[in-house]
Amino acid sequence: MNTVLLHSPALIVGLPIFAAILLMVVSRFGEKVRAVVFFAGIALASLAAISLAEQVLSLGAVRYVFGAPSPAAPLVPPDSGGIPVRILFHVDAAGALMLLVAALTSVAAALYALRSEERASGREYFYPLFLLLVGGVYGMVATGDLFNFFVFLEITSLAGAALTAYRIDHGLAAEAGLKYAVVSTLGGLSFLLGVGILLARHNLLNMAALGARIDLAGFGVPEAVAMALMIVPLAMKCGAVPMHQWTPDTYSRAPAPVSAFLLVSSQASLYGLFRIGFSLFGLSMDVSTVGLFVVILAVLSMFIGVTMAIPQHDVKRLISHHAVSQTGYMLLGAGVCLAVLGDPEKVRVFGRDALAGSLFHMMNYAVYNGLLFLAAGAVIYRTGTRNLDRMGGLGRTMPLTMACFGVGALAIAGIPPMSGFASKWVLYESVFRYSPLLSMVAMVVSLLTLASFVKVFQAMFLGPQRAAYAAVRDVPAAMWGAMAVLAVLTVLLGLFPDVVMQRLLLPAADALINQTAYTMPLGGAQ
Amino acid sequence: MRSRIVGYIASVFYPFCLVFGLYVVTHGHLTPGGGFQGGAVMATAVALMIVSGMFTVAVREKKVVRYKWCEALGLLLFVALAFGGMLQGGSFFHNWLANAGGCFGEAVAAGPNGGALNTGGTIPLMNLAVGVEVFGGISIILVTMVRAMKENRDG
Repeated sequence: MNTVLLHSPALIVGLPIFAAILLMVVSRFGEKVRAVVFFAGIALASLAAISLAEQVLSLGAVRYVFGAPSPAAPLVPPDSGGIPVRILFHVDAAGALMLLVAALTSVAAALYALRSEERASGREYFYPLFLLLVGGVYGMVATGDLFNFFVFLEITSLAGAALTAYRIDHGLAAEAGLKYAVVSTLGGLSFLLGVGILLARHNLLNMAALGARIDLAGFGVPEAVAMALMIVPLAMKCGAVPMHQWTPDTYSRAPAPVSAFLLVSSQASLYGLFRIGFSLFGLSMDVSTVGLFVVILAVLSMFIGVTMAIPQHDVKRLISHHAVSQTGYMLLGAGVCLAVLGDPEKVRVFGRDALAGSLFHMMNYAVYNGLLFLAAGAVIYRTGTRNLDRMGGLGRTMPLTMACFGVGALAIAGIPPMSGFASKWVLYESVFRYSPLLSMVAMVVSLLTLASFVKVFQAMFLGPQRAAYAAVRDVPAAMWGAMAVLAVLTVLLGLFPDVVMQRLLLPAADALINQTAYTMPLGGAQ
Repeated sequence: MRSRIVGYIASVFYPFCLVFGLYVVTHGHLTPGGGFQGGAVMATAVALMIVSGMFTVAVREKKVVRYKWCEALGLLLFVALAFGGMLQGGSFFHNWLANAGGCFGEAVAAGPNGGALNTGGTIPLMNLAVGVEVFGGISIILVTMVRAMKENRDG
């Protein structure tokens, strides 16, 4: 057990990738074996991620050195000339939060995929790709090395693009996948260029050591260029306006479980943005300008996302536009915290809460938006149409799906007691201290979200029963169970926000705000 | 459009191409190159077969299944070696064979030397795994592209 705990940072990435490769070998032994290996890979990796998160939250940040005689080996080998050359995973409370989110949603999405993709061909490619996507996301949130982060970013991008295009769907899904692939590759290259500039300037790839070095050496023009080259692609990957054009296509054309987990991969990019903004450049750059930039992106995302969502008739496309708008909330809290990072008093009064609220929303959003995608996917699975105008009266025949969708819709609109209310409330209160106007925009956007979901819920589930769907049954138990897990989580997160806040979110926010705690153990290493 | 001379020469070159690729793979820890590069060279042999008009040989279904096996087993060996480090008490990817004697376990001699093949621990084995995997993977890509081209032309 201790060995497993000791190696859990490696296992979270190693297990999904090992299972993906094993699937290529065992796929000829039949569908049962394939499904077992797929689900075991996801579930074991989730267990490792949860135990790692628990370890981090109770004992402090965990560092795992790869390729060393022991995982706790010194970061600077004696013969390296004083440079921390080793590749390591560095998980602190913020990373632990992301690990928990990915662990919970990946299990639900995988369970759902087992049944929803049952009738599709090409599952020998679907399962390994899904495992790679999960492993890539774990890697992105656990790594402490910039180049390593780029590698995992590329793994998630490529696996995500292939999964999006998996149901070719008369070429529409293929087009969406290609768009995602092109956009993410461009973003990835831009990120790589930024990493290259930093490497050329400082001979370092380790984030913690690099943060300390930049703080010492000063923030010059090359660092500014590198920062822009790194922050913009990550904002693009998390779907911030004006780089959001890929989101509606990709999320709406991907199979439902893939959309649900692609959300988490976008969250991992957002986590990377926070890491770079706070931990790497937090002490050295002009935080108020960059923070304001993030706030502007946030307001644009919130407002444009929701106004684009209102006229949609395709249910998954509509939810995708809402995903853009919800990302705006997370950027808003983080942007406000970043903008006041130079002033410890303001950070104490509201900056910390804004960041914690933003992280809380991130967690809730991964759960309830995933739930919405899964529920919409369930309706599409049974009715075969994604057009809201052709649905109606499905509440009579699919009550379980209706209940799950209802929970998700209430949560995204910020209605108590669902989780969306709790996180939005923290955001309203803390952002109000920075600028009341921003809080008002956030509330208006929330109202528009509610209006939009009232329409969707009515169009899908209420009204007279349609003859075409009279024989429609509720979805199979595995799909319903996956939705129920996320629905219960949504309610629980909304009912006990204080527990989550104290145990998980405030430590995570502190881990991001307190840059020296991240860089300190390596500060003397140079 | 198939030329008998080109086809004949290509099939003469085919084994040499493979051997050179294998050389690059096995000397990956001593000379420039390594698993990926060597695997790509080996896959060039398949490309040579295809462009010289011998694609009926290269794209046969039996061959494609073999390429898939190459890809899967290469990757499996790579990950197994990485997990091996963990089982031997080190961390993931720990080089547990280095300096242990036996297969690739010789210690590297100090100072300038001709380079001993029997050193490097897991690194040459990982190179081999990557080489086999890249050979299989690139071959599958080539075959898929040729098949799509043929479909386009025939359809």
